[in-house]
Amino acid sequence: MRKLALDDDILLEIEKPARYIGGEVNAVMKNVEDIDVRFAMCFPDVYEIGMSHLGIQILYDMFNHREDVWCERVYSPWHDLDKVMREQQIPLFALESQDPIKDFDFLGITIQFEMCYTNILQILDLSQIPLHAKDRTLDDPFVIGGGPCTYNPEPIAEFFDIFYIGEGETAYDELLDAYKEWKGSGKSRREFLERAAQIEGLYIPIFYDAEYNEDGTLKSFTPNNEYAPAVVKKQIVMDVTDAPYPMKPVVPFIKVTQDRVVLEIQRGCIRGCRFCQAGMLYRPVRERNVERLKQYAHDMLQNTGHEEISLSSLSSSDYSELKELVTYLIDEFKNKGINISLPSLRIDAFSLDVMSKVQDIRKSSLTFAPEAGSQRMRDVINKGLTEEVILNGAGEAFEGGWTKVKLYFMLGLPTETEEDMKEIAHLAEKVARRYYEIPKDQRHGKCQITASSSFFVPKPFTPFQWAPMCKAEEYMRRAHLVNDEFKEQLNRKSLKYNWHDAEVTVLEGIMARGDRKISKAIEEAYRLGCLFDSWTESFHNELWMQAFENTGVDIDFYNLRERGEDELFPWDFIDIGVTRKFLRREWDRAMEEKVTPNCRMQCSGCGAAKFGGGVCYEGKN
Amino acid sequence: MKARIKFRKYGSLRFIGHLDVMRFFQKVMRRADIPIAFSGGYSPHMIMSFANPLGIGLTSDGEYFDIELTEAVNSADAVRRMNEACQIEGIEIVSIRRIAEEKKMTGMTILAGADYLTSVRKGAFPEGWKEQFSEFMEQLEIRIVKQTKRSEKEVDIKPLIYAWELRGDSVYLKVAAGSVENLKPDLVMEAFCQFLGIEPDSVKFQHHRLEMYTDRSEDGSLIPLEAMGVDMTGDEE
Repeated sequence: MRKLALDDDILLEIEKPARYIGGEVNAVMKNVEDIDVRFAMCFPDVYEIGMSHLGIQILYDMFNHREDVWCERVYSPWHDLDKVMREQQIPLFALESQDPIKDFDFLGITIQFEMCYTNILQILDLSQIPLHAKDRTLDDPFVIGGGPCTYNPEPIAEFFDIFYIGEGETAYDELLDAYKEWKGSGKSRREFLERAAQIEGLYIPIFYDAEYNEDGTLKSFTPNNEYAPAVVKKQIVMDVTDAPYPMKPVVPFIKVTQDRVVLEIQRGCIRGCRFCQAGMLYRPVRERNVERLKQYAHDMLQNTGHEEISLSSLSSSDYSELKELVTYLIDEFKNKGINISLPSLRIDAFSLDVMSKVQDIRKSSLTFAPEAGSQRMRDVINKGLTEEVILNGAGEAFEGGWTKVKLYFMLGLPTETEEDMKEIAHLAEKVARRYYEIPKDQRHGKCQITASSSFFVPKPFTPFQWAPMCKAEEYMRRAHLVNDEFKEQLNRKSLKYNWHDAEVTVLEGIMARGDRKISKAIEEAYRLGCLFDSWTESFHNELWMQAFENTGVDIDFYNLRERGEDELFPWDFIDIGVTRKFLRREWDRAMEEKVTPNCRMQCSGCGAAKFGGGVCYEGKN
Repeated sequence: MKARIKFRKYGSLRFIGHLDVMRFFQKVMRRADIPIAFSGGYSPHMIMSFANPLGIGLTSDGEYFDIELTEAVNSADAVRRMNEACQIEGIEIVSIRRIAEEKKMTGMTILAGADYLTSVRKGAFPEGWKEQFSEFMEQLEIRIVKQTKRSEKEVDIKPLIYAWELRGDSVYLKVAAGSVENLKPDLVMEAFCQFLGIEPDSVKFQHHRLEMYTDRSEDGSLIPLEAMGVDMTGDEE
């Protein structure tokens, strides 16, 4: 019988012991004796969040297909277990073998959002691995980071041996083979890293030096090792249809956030919204073959027993075979008690028809993401959605029986005026009015329009990477201004407005565009007790502020400055395909309130065509 | 058509709570293609009812749930398919049997008793505890304060203990179970600790459920829930 790393007393004491025992359906067990490379794959958040992440499932499956590798999973111990592990000095362990992470060859950490940085330190700390890469020895695993936040890895560069920049399906085999050659060769840790530096897409932070100008901006960023390239190229899978995909994803015992079969229908997005990092990073759009997806749906439902299937992509409506796929899913699975979940669909006649088949209209709500209240602001951010489209979509939905609408907005966008902010309330009001145009005897009571706003965080590799942010107080002023405007609306009783917290936004801002100098503030915040910062109940802004003060890191320098056109950014050494020239052109067009057509309408020459495939070459074969 | 499934729960699965075990079996039913009936409505769910949820930390050789089938299955074949679909260490399907169609005959309503094997998991009883356990059981009354959600009250649990026996270093107990009277083995052991005059937290127990019983037998004696059903060939209508 499997032996567990934690004894019964601990497991019976803590919340949800199932987070730590592994042994789930489709979890991969191997014999350690037959294995050359042990890889611990980590999502630095609690199990229920980490288990919901598709990327890890893909890599887990891909690694375990190799007979010489055993990939296991590890997630952040929740506060209760964290405390026990520190008190009893229990080393963090992997779920499958329950063996300590420190005995593994690699610890891979996926970095999906900025507010997980203290959790990364917790993982290292509980694993009893030195926090700083420079302090690690031959006894320690190589710590490798991946995921969207690695497109500016600098704030956490000191904690990692290697960053993998781009999609995981391409370069890992080469790295694992190189590791096998190195292991037992008697060579040093540094020699392995030098070998890794020669693999395309891998960034080894200790092989680079950053120099700064007197004003604190970056002066130069150069390799200090002959094997390290000056530019690190993003990795990308051009043939997504034949790329590895997990037919037997692990099925958790406990309810997790994404408790369903997930079909990734495409990667990338044609839209080019100027605030959206994913939209730039994952260019060009690559679609998965629809027949393959149908097969995947069938096999994955059979292998997991899940009762729900969901499509995943940045903008499902842009998938060219959507109708074919959705019709198939409904015909094939609806009467077998399988729920079909269709997120990120544009509201139109087709999607309303489909949604009326797969959900209870009276209970479900329709979602629009206009992102900004005024047309002017939507032009600035290049969000093609117009008021007319929203009102027509909402109108059709209301006539079809829906009464609930959700609207998502951002506040604090570049060039935003008070008028733009107030337009958020006005747009919500217009949607409500559209509802009350329906004759009273044909509608179902009141409508419920819920508008939510988050605060905009400028991200690297977007046209807004030059944009200044605001102070927390200013964000709150804007949210209150919108809230006041909501109260002035005729249909205010049918409207609801929620806004996000501004303090987290400020921190996300500094992490997103920070440089190596802020790593000491992150470490200090962790020392002061910050952990699970993305969980409202665990977030302690005062500790973070204390950490910045203790380390002398100036938040305003990173957030409030409009960056110069030619300023060298910490992330400029990464080549994502999309050029800085294109991003700057898009910034200029934003300032001119000019919309740029999407990739299918007209190529804007962003640079992603150099990958030689995807939407850039559609219809050109 | 109604059917009763018996299963074992052991090993690390003792840390998986009842609701999650239920979700686990819903997925097993799909993976094993068991023709289970669904409720109506917009979000149909499988018709599945558990006899008596097992608490976290406990293991069992005799767990039960009843399902509604849309057609008969061959019992042996279905057990094999479900075990293949379980795939994990810690759950094993023992049997699937057809049961009577009447309502109010589900495991939950007809449950009357359960067997447990209880052993010390941590700490130790004082020397000579076995003799003292016999004395403890021979009392006319075993009074203990029972905590409920709202209040606490003193009860006599002696009438709820139907049988007992020392088995090696373990204690076998046959106790009342179900919606009318229900006695948890932990409460018995708590009373025994009081009887011994030792701190209640100084000894921790592992409870293993062996079987669950109903008293709806011809003579009113306790028979295993499984005995209420018959194996299916797959040709039944």
